[in-house]
Amino acid sequence: MIIAAPGAASGEFVERDHTQHPPALTAGYRTSVLRSPRNALIAPRNTLSETTGPVFDPRELGEKDNDLILNFARDGLPIGERLIVHGYVRDEFGNPVKGALVEAWQANAGGRYRHKKDRYLAPIDPNFGGCGRMITDDNGYYFFRTIKPGPYPWANSTNAWRPAHIHFSIHGTGWAQRLITQMYFEGDPLIERCPIAKTVPTLDQLRSLIAQEDPANNAPFDARTYRFDLTLRGRRATFFDNVTLPGAPR
Amino acid sequence: MSLSPHSMVTRHPETPSQTGGPYVHIGLAPQQAGFDIFDNNFGNVLTTPETKGEHITLEGRVFDGTGTPVRDVLIEIWQANAAGRYAHPGDTQGRELDPTFRGWGRTGGDFDTGVYTFETIKPGPVPASNGGTQAPHILMVLFARGINLGLHTRVYFDDEADANAADPVLNGIEWETRRDTLVAKRSERDGRTVYTFDVYLQDTPAGGLETVFFDI
Repeated sequence: MIIAAPGAASGEFVERDHTQHPPALTAGYRTSVLRSPRNALIAPRNTLSETTGPVFDPRELGEKDNDLILNFARDGLPIGERLIVHGYVRDEFGNPVKGALVEAWQANAGGRYRHKKDRYLAPIDPNFGGCGRMITDDNGYYFFRTIKPGPYPWANSTNAWRPAHIHFSIHGTGWAQRLITQMYFEGDPLIERCPIAKTVPTLDQLRSLIAQEDPANNAPFDARTYRFDLTLRGRRATFFDNVTLPGAPR
Repeated sequence: MSLSPHSMVTRHPETPSQTGGPYVHIGLAPQQAGFDIFDNNFGNVLTTPETKGEHITLEGRVFDGTGTPVRDVLIEIWQANAAGRYAHPGDTQGRELDPTFRGWGRTGGDFDTGVYTFETIKPGPVPASNGGTQAPHILMVLFARGINLGLHTRVYFDDEADANAADPVLNGIEWETRRDTLVAKRSERDGRTVYTFDVYLQDTPAGGLETVFFDI
């Protein structure tokens, strides 16, 4: 007997729903104009190349890799609002994505990035690096600790400011799930004015990028907590093999 | 009011993509951003001296619609080992795993020249979805400021002309003139094999032809 296996490690992925993602060309986000293909994407059927992907082991990571408060602290703690961010990574059918590599990066409390190309006049925090990483557990759960990032100005127009945000990069269990996105904070009035946030085509999808306050999980007298769940593409179940009968037209 | 049970099978929409932005290196290549934070860094060298197969350098640049190099691009590759086996539990072929080869790497374009480089091996052929065989290839994804959703492409090799001619993914590109945008050019430099693979996000005034990108 053949047993169907929804979510099995080897199945093809359900096709990506592009109505739920920003299109490549979004003129309000000006850099996209010269960096977006003019031809349509081409959609080959998944092969082993797309259904597999790199596998990561928690032992590859350091013990402070998910603690942005301590992983670059030199002679003291970083300045800013102490936060915990946590959530689940699931696929579109609700299955937990185990063993996913979640990487996060962000500016410091004043909106300044530790990057040689960032020239914003807000100062670097000597005790804050701004990046972390973790691997989801068997329930698809991740968490990290950080400082709340500040908004910062950018040259899309002369008065454009990014909302406070944390960048996320996810490796799921197959190359086709590869995703980079950004997490925003509940209640930030800059979100609806942001040309990058507004590349997301529907309000429901934009809401899904906004982390919610999770006061029940605050660390008392220590840190506030935000909840942010992520959804990756799902694998289709394989019910029957594709058999060609002898002599049948194909 | 409709009685049709429209939401009985629940599917959650995929989290929408956002650009990686200009400082993507902080999270994914912090040493290139200018600081050292992790003991174990992911990088662009996929091999050890023991890795089986033909050791190669894969390098090139990414160009925008004016022909200007995209100097803040972040590139990742994923590939099979020399035997054509992926280091992943979903690859149940009986072919040999190479314990020294994960098959994945990442790097940024150089901030001055835009050149990216990977040290890897030439992959073996892997099965196609129709039971046939794919030509040797490397999967590549590009993230950068101005790119809202990571762009997927494939790297093939110009010294595999017969295999390329039979490859189902290349043959699935109706416009034959576009297939060449996926073929890297082989050369030798200091005794090492180099494949050059440039990516064009759009046609350029100097004649660069837009690379084929896939919805995988």
